[in-house]
Amino acid sequence: MSDAGAVATHATHAEHHELGFIRTYIFSTDHKMIGRQFLFSAILMLIFGGLMAMMMRWELAWPETPVPFTSWISEPFMYAEPEHGLYGAYMDPAFYNSLFTMHATIMIFFVVMPFLIGGFGNFLIPLMIGAGDMAFPLLNLLSFWTAVPAIGLILYSFFVEGGAAAGGWTMYATLSADPTLSGVDAGVNLWIISLLVLGVSSLMGAVNYITTIINMRAPGMTWFRMPLVVWSLFITAILLLLALPVLTAALGMLLFDRTMGTSFFLPAGGGEPILWQHLFWFFGHPEVYVLVLPAMGVTSDILATFSRKPIFGYKAMAFSMISLAFLSWIVWGHHMFVSGMNPVLGTAFMLTTMVIAVPSAIKTFNWLGTLWGGNIRFASPMLFALGFVSNFVIGGLSGIYMASTPVDIFMHDTYFIVAHFHYVVAGIIFGMFAALYYWFPKLFGRMMNEKLAKTHFFLTYIFFNCAFFPMHFLGVAGHMRRIYNPLQYEFLHDMQWWNVFITMSALCLAASQIIFFVNFVWSLFAGKKAENNPWDANTLEWTVPSPPGHGNFDTTPTVYRGPYEYSSPLVKEDWLPQDRQLGPAAASASH
Amino acid sequence: MLRWLPEDVSPYGAGIDSLFYLIYYITAAAFILVTALMIIFLYQYRHNDNRRAIYTHGNTSLELVWTIIPALVFIGLGLASKSLWEEIKLTIPETDEVIQITGKQFNWEILYPGPDREFETGDDYQVDNDIHVPVGKPIRVLLQSKDVIHSLFLPNLRFKQDTMPGRTIEAWFQANKPGKYEMPCAELCGFGHSGMKGWLYADTPEDYAAWFKKRWPDAALNGAPASEAQEEVAAAAPAAESSQDAADQAAPPATANLQPTEEAPPEAAGETVTEAAQETTEAAGETVEAATDHTQEDGNEAATSVEDAVEEAAE
Repeated sequence: MSDAGAVATHATHAEHHELGFIRTYIFSTDHKMIGRQFLFSAILMLIFGGLMAMMMRWELAWPETPVPFTSWISEPFMYAEPEHGLYGAYMDPAFYNSLFTMHATIMIFFVVMPFLIGGFGNFLIPLMIGAGDMAFPLLNLLSFWTAVPAIGLILYSFFVEGGAAAGGWTMYATLSADPTLSGVDAGVNLWIISLLVLGVSSLMGAVNYITTIINMRAPGMTWFRMPLVVWSLFITAILLLLALPVLTAALGMLLFDRTMGTSFFLPAGGGEPILWQHLFWFFGHPEVYVLVLPAMGVTSDILATFSRKPIFGYKAMAFSMISLAFLSWIVWGHHMFVSGMNPVLGTAFMLTTMVIAVPSAIKTFNWLGTLWGGNIRFASPMLFALGFVSNFVIGGLSGIYMASTPVDIFMHDTYFIVAHFHYVVAGIIFGMFAALYYWFPKLFGRMMNEKLAKTHFFLTYIFFNCAFFPMHFLGVAGHMRRIYNPLQYEFLHDMQWWNVFITMSALCLAASQIIFFVNFVWSLFAGKKAENNPWDANTLEWTVPSPPGHGNFDTTPTVYRGPYEYSSPLVKEDWLPQDRQLGPAAASASH
Repeated sequence: MLRWLPEDVSPYGAGIDSLFYLIYYITAAAFILVTALMIIFLYQYRHNDNRRAIYTHGNTSLELVWTIIPALVFIGLGLASKSLWEEIKLTIPETDEVIQITGKQFNWEILYPGPDREFETGDDYQVDNDIHVPVGKPIRVLLQSKDVIHSLFLPNLRFKQDTMPGRTIEAWFQANKPGKYEMPCAELCGFGHSGMKGWLYADTPEDYAAWFKKRWPDAALNGAPASEAQEEVAAAAPAAESSQDAADQAAPPATANLQPTEEAPPEAAGETVTEAAQETTEAAGETVEAATDHTQEDGNEAATSVEDAVEEAAE
C-alpha cells in the first residue's frame, strides 16, 4: 500500500487511481474485474466438466472399451493396456461414479453459478442500476478469493486416495455418510468442505447484491424500472441467502457423521437417511431457480432489445419470477416420490409442483408476446436467447411427466430425468452464451466475430438437441441413470444404438465449442473496438465507455423511464435510453 | 417415443401408461403450439428497415388467458394423478403372498416365508436375486436394506420403490403374464451399482407349484405343516445362508462383472439347499481368484467393513 505507485495517484482523472498490476487484476475490489475473474474461472471449469461428460459418454456408448486419450490417468481409475499405447485405457466403474458426481458438482456450483451470478451479477448490477460499485467492494473481493480455494479443493479431490466423491451430486446418505460404504473417504470430505467454503463465498455475494440493489439505485431507478436481469439477480440472491444455510447445516451434519462418529443420517446410531434428502432438496430445489432465474433475466433483456420492442408484460415477468422463488420452497418433495416418504405427502408435493409450472408457462408466453410484432434482428446474442427459450420449453414440458406421481414411479431415476434437467440446466448454457456475446463488448471493449458466433450457435443448437433429446427415449425404455454399462441389462440392448447416437452428438457438441474458444480468445486481443452502445440498447451500462472506467459513471445518471422503451413513438430512433431526458432542453443538448 | 415403453404386465400399469399418454399428447400439443408461433413470429417479424416494431407493453386479458388455461390443465392432471397414486401406493390388496426383499451391496436378498407364510420360522428360504411368484396374484413385499439406499425397479411391472436402511417399506406388485422380468437397482448404491440386478419369475400355477414342491417337498402350496424331512432342509438353509455370507466377505465384487450374482444360477433353486450351498462355495473360490487378480485392495477393505457395519447395525 505504501509503495511509490500508490503515492503517485491523482494523475489526470480524480477517480482513476493507478493501482498497479496486483490491485487491478488480482486482488481488485472493482466489481467489473471481479465479474471477469468469476467468468474466467467458470469458463475454465466448463472445460473440465465438459471433458468429464465426454469420458462418460464414451463409456455409455461403447462400454468397457478403451476410452481414448485417457491412458495418462493412473490406476485404479483407468487401466491402461500397454499394447494400446497412448490410445486409451479401461475405466473402473467406481471412477465412472466419480465422473458423474464431479461433472454435476462442477457444472452446477463451479460453472453456471459463477458464470451468471458471480460473473454477470457482479459486472451488471452496479452498471445497470447506475451505481459506481457494489455496496461492499472488499466483501466482493473476499467472495471471489473464497471461491478460489473451493475450486482448488474440488479439483484436488481427484488426487487423494480413493479418488473424488462418487455418491452422485445429491450425495444421498447412507452411501455418503459412512466412508466404508462407498470406498471413497477423503474425496467426499473434500467435496463437503469445498461446497461449505463455496457457500460462504456465495453468501458474501448474495448479501452484497441485495444491499446494492436496495440502496444504490440511481435517482429515478424505481423497482419497476429495473431491467429484468437485475430483478432476476435480486431474487436469486435472496434465494441463495435463505437456501445456503440449509445446505451448510446438512453438509456439516454429513461431515460430522463421516469424521466424528455422529449418526444424523445413519440408522445404526438412530439416525434417519431420508433426513438428508429432505434437507438436500429443501436447498436443492430453490437452487434450481438460482441457476435458471438469471438466465431468464438475461433472455428477457436480449429478446426485448433485439425484437426492438418493450418486453411483453413487464410486471407479469417480474411477479412470475417472484412466485417461482416463493413456490420453489414447497416443491422439494417431488424429488422423493419413491424414496419411502409417506405417499400422502407425495400428493401434496405433486400439487405444488403443478402450480409452479404456471409461472414458467407465463414467462414463455410473454417471451412469445415480445417476439410478436417485433422487428427482429438475428444477432448472435438473440440466437442464443431464442435457443434458451426453445430448450426451456422442452425442459419445462418434460418436467410435467415427473410431476405426476404415478408416471414418476416409472420415470424416476431414468434417463428421462437426465434429459429433463439437461434441457433446463444445460440449456442455461444458451443463456450464458447469449449473455457473453451480448455483453462481451462492454466487458472487454471489443466485438466478437459475428460469423463465428453464428456458426457456433447453429452447431451448438443442433448437437445439443441431438445429444439430449434422445435421452427421453432411453428414459421411456426404462434406462436407469448412473449406470456405466447399459449392456449389463437385457431389456436395454435394443436401445443401445441411441446411446451411440447420443455419444456421437455429444462429441460433436464438444468439438463445436472450439469455435467459441477461438472466437473468444481472438476477440479478446484482436476484436474490432466496440462502441459505447453497439446494440442500440436502452439500459444504463450502454451509456458508458466500453469497457467502463473505474467508478463506472462520471456523473450519477438520472433515470426517466423503464428499460425496454424500444420503438417508442416519442423519438425517431427505435430506442430510447433510460437516462435520456426528453423535452426541448434535452433535445438541443444532445448532438 | 411411446413404443419404447417396456411391455406392461401389471394391474395398474395401464393406468400409469394412459396418464403418460395423456401428458404426452398435452405436452406435444403445447410444444407444437409454442414452436410454431415462435417460428411464425421469427419469420413474419424479421428485421426490415422500413418497418417499426409494434409499441406495446402487454395485454392483461391475454396474460389472464395464458395463466388460467395452463393452471386448469395442471389442476386436472394433478387430480387424475392423485387418484391413481392413491390406488397404487396407499392401498395394498388382500393377499397371503408375501416376500421380503433386502437390498445389499450389490444384490437383492430374497426371503420367502415358506409354507407357513411367517418369517423367522424354520421353513424360511433365502436366495439372492431370484424371485418366484405366482402369476396374477398380488404380492406384498417388505423392502429393507442392509447398507445403503437401493431401489427395486421392475420396468415391466411399472414398479419402483427405494429401500431405506433402518426401515421396512411395504409395497406390492403383481405380474399378470407369465415370464421372466429383469429387476435392476435404480438408485446409486456404490461402485457395483451398475450391474446390480435380479430376475422376477412370474410362474404359471403349474410351474409355481413345481418350484414350490422342490423347495418345500412335503408342504402343500396352501401351507400344510412341515414334516420331519422338511425340517432337515430348513436346518440346512441357514448353513447355505452363512456360506453365502462368507462368500460375500471373502470375495467382494471387484468389478460389476464379478458379482456373487453369478454364483447362484436359477437352476440352483431346483436342487437341494445343501448342493446349492456347495456350489456357492465353489463359485466363491473362483471369485476370490479372479478378485485377487485385479481388485484394488480398497474394494476388499470397503466391502469387509460393510459387513462389519451391517453386523454392528444388527446388534
